[in-house]
Amino acid sequence: MSDVLLEMRGITKEFPGVKALKDVSFSVRAGEIHALVGENGAGKSTLMKVVSGVYPTGSYDGQFFFKGEECHFHNIRESEHKGIVIIHQELALVPQLSITENIFLANEQATNGVINWGLSHSKAIELLKKVGLSETPDTKISHLGVGKQQLVEIAKALSKNVELLILDEPTSSLNENDSQALLQLLREFRAQGIACVLISHKLKEVESVADTITVLRDGAVIESLDARGGEVTEDRIIRGMVGRDMTHRFPPRSAKIGEMLLEVRNWKVRHPIYEDQMVINDVSINVRRGEVVGIAGLMGAGRTEFAMSVFGRSWGHFVSGQVVRDGREIDVSTIPKAVANGIAYATEDRKTYGLILINDVKTNITLANLGGVSTSGVISPPKEVKVANDYRDALQIKTPSVKQIAVNLSGGNQQKVVLSKWLFADPDILILDEPTRGIDVGAKYEIYTIINRLAAEGKGIILISSELPEVLGVSDRIYVMAAGRIAAEMPAADATQESIMKAIMQMARAGAEEVVL
Amino acid sequence: MSANTTTPIIAPADSEAQVSVGRRIAKAVGQGGLLLVLLLFVVFFQVTTNGVMLKPLNVTNVFLQNGYILVMALGMLLIIVIGHIDLSVGSVAGFLGAIVAVLMVGVTVPVLGKIQLDPILAVAITLIAGGLIGVWQGFWVAYLRVPSFIVTLAGMLLFRGATLFMLGGQPVGPFPEGFRAISSGFIPEMIGSVPDPFGTGTPPIAVGPLVVPLGGGPIQLTTLLLGVVLSAFLIFIAFRARSEQLKYGFSVPSMGQFWLRNALIIAGIMFIAYRLAGYKGLPIVALIAFILIGMYMFITLRTVIGRRIYAVGGNAKAAMLSGVNSKRMVFLTFINMGALAALGGMIIAARFNSATPKAGYGFELDVIAATFVGGASAYGGVGTVAGTVIGAIFFGLLNIGMGVMSVPIDYQFMFKALVLLFAVYFDVRTKNKEG
Repeated sequence: MSDVLLEMRGITKEFPGVKALKDVSFSVRAGEIHALVGENGAGKSTLMKVVSGVYPTGSYDGQFFFKGEECHFHNIRESEHKGIVIIHQELALVPQLSITENIFLANEQATNGVINWGLSHSKAIELLKKVGLSETPDTKISHLGVGKQQLVEIAKALSKNVELLILDEPTSSLNENDSQALLQLLREFRAQGIACVLISHKLKEVESVADTITVLRDGAVIESLDARGGEVTEDRIIRGMVGRDMTHRFPPRSAKIGEMLLEVRNWKVRHPIYEDQMVINDVSINVRRGEVVGIAGLMGAGRTEFAMSVFGRSWGHFVSGQVVRDGREIDVSTIPKAVANGIAYATEDRKTYGLILINDVKTNITLANLGGVSTSGVISPPKEVKVANDYRDALQIKTPSVKQIAVNLSGGNQQKVVLSKWLFADPDILILDEPTRGIDVGAKYEIYTIINRLAAEGKGIILISSELPEVLGVSDRIYVMAAGRIAAEMPAADATQESIMKAIMQMARAGAEEVVL
Repeated sequence: MSANTTTPIIAPADSEAQVSVGRRIAKAVGQGGLLLVLLLFVVFFQVTTNGVMLKPLNVTNVFLQNGYILVMALGMLLIIVIGHIDLSVGSVAGFLGAIVAVLMVGVTVPVLGKIQLDPILAVAITLIAGGLIGVWQGFWVAYLRVPSFIVTLAGMLLFRGATLFMLGGQPVGPFPEGFRAISSGFIPEMIGSVPDPFGTGTPPIAVGPLVVPLGGGPIQLTTLLLGVVLSAFLIFIAFRARSEQLKYGFSVPSMGQFWLRNALIIAGIMFIAYRLAGYKGLPIVALIAFILIGMYMFITLRTVIGRRIYAVGGNAKAAMLSGVNSKRMVFLTFINMGALAALGGMIIAARFNSATPKAGYGFELDVIAATFVGGASAYGGVGTVAGTVIGAIFFGLLNIGMGVMSVPIDYQFMFKALVLLFAVYFDVRTKNKEG
């Protein structure tokens, strides 16, 4: 058990403007389950992408060895050839193809390009038995639930003679039963000598299954804990994950909270494709004038889905619920109606949903309120430029000109353009979804300052963030969301990272009990 | 062409330092490599045809023979910018040409029976019918979410069949004189004409192998005056845009660059006006095209609707989340295309003085090619009216140039194919360097 399978030394990986990994050393012993934990953006996935060749040799500094041999992978194929297989959070299966076809995708059982279907099927049946799936191998992937799809991914990994299996948040979209089945499978693999790196936010799982727990924070290894004795508790892990100096990361905030502005009552939304999944289940929240309300939660808790479904039903199948503004129910069934009622939603994914990257800054800023720069449908270029320049100055967007193309701006400045767009639409309620994702500390501080200023103007701010310090540092009141429900509501003054995490975990346990019942 | 916004892609200000003279001229004119290629072809044909290419008749023919492509390319531009395609324009134009014919000529046709309407009424009905065809196709694309490629492929067959059905396989014509004027008439001369100052006997100016013929028929003063008015108007707009930019603290091209750019544009306009004036004056089809070009430039550059079309094409999700009703925008661009296809179809019919079952056959390819050569992106969100006009004229010029050179038709096809590839490649390359 004690021989080292994977050893990484001094791994440093930089993205433009961000050091994602700082001199990371990490090792995995043969046949252990090694959990890698940390907040979003701590560098867990980045580290594993280095191991699996997603980031090719040369794109990072440092070296790593697999079975004592130094590795220089150029792509995933090379790492798979060595026996390292990564299963990403977003499953890499082709829904229209069968289980067999997916298992042997790019690894077809063929002679001279002609597939031997008999061999493929018999091998697939064998692999499915190993992962405990009873489906016939010609079942289409689209007919399987997420849990079973995950197992097919693992079967696919096994077909490649895997020695190190890397799972990136394998249970984030699974229910409790499926999660337990998956973890049991990992234990069986351990018995067979297959090592496993498990990236997970579900600390309870980590606690129960891991032999070693490595904590990453801000791209650096904080500690490696030996968990075999069972004395490593959830609280102990959380302390390692979040314990950081919080002075001066947030601007001082003196809130003047006014009357009730917006209430969402008993909001229920189904998944757009899997109609049996109630993704948002009876969520009620409210925000007052001048108040910053944080929504904390892990990825997949349903926060973005909730926000988008409120914003003109831009996500999911609306089931029921009310939106009340200033005491009167309002119609938010389309985006233009939501905007007209003073609601704005600044997306978490600015490149896909927030900006028109091929257009210039001014075009992006005025898009949500073209009426503000036009007269009877005719845009006034001077007015538009003036508006854009005003926001550039007010939000300190670093760009040579408002005619710069948005794609050329840095992440923080792109985020400010998205913010400008919604500020110009002059909403009363601004929903900010992960407004500081992927931007540096200085720009984060500026965005927090803008949030404070908007609240001081009497707007209601709803801040969705996966970074607990951010939620704690910026909000006046915090909702904790888990599994599509509100798990807790607390004043920010009383909240701690531990109390938020506890609320999430309790919800997950309650969910599990519900399933058992 | 206003000074600041001929293309939505704006190069960073610092890329100006180390560009060649040719690129600087091309950039000053605002359409990058394409205009340069166009000018090279003009010179090439001029040399190889011994100066015949730029004779008044041929310059006039560029407009007479390509007016319908220009008109329909404006509609296609919006469709492509919003991220779709319309393969049916040739068939739709043919069908609408047939409609206007049966409404006007007084023949007995299936369903409608025998009708003989006033040409103006017939034209109006045909334009509305074009809009309705746009409603039909736009509804399938925008609201029923069938890919535009499929919807318009079906439309291509549907309206080809409808044309045959309508005409019973027979050409319908001839048309009243007034209607034919759409494609073969010229604006009436209101001032009079003077002899060409260079006279018919003036020897052409030769610059090396390049021969520029001067002198032609009597100069139609109205046409020349329109050229002067248009030039003055463009200078006025350019000046106003420049002073606006200065007012808001933008870096503007130097006065020298400003004048170089405007001088080139005006020289182009005045040369074309002089040539047209030396034949029979401004063709009515060119007048229609110029008015539409002005309108669509305004729509794309200055209106909320235009901006939204570009936004949907640039990032449909982001536009939707910004409150743009993207389905309605797609729907509207198809209605617009239908109306312009009606106009194109009528120009084609008027040109041949009859509606034929084969009219408009394959024209969708010319129209799409003109739009792409003009710099529109197949990914949506990018494309300009100015570019599209140059693209359409480019193909018109190629057709006439090769015709004058008596290039056999087989070679013409192959040559056009290669020119299409290289022109777009050259344009893409220029843009990449600038971006």
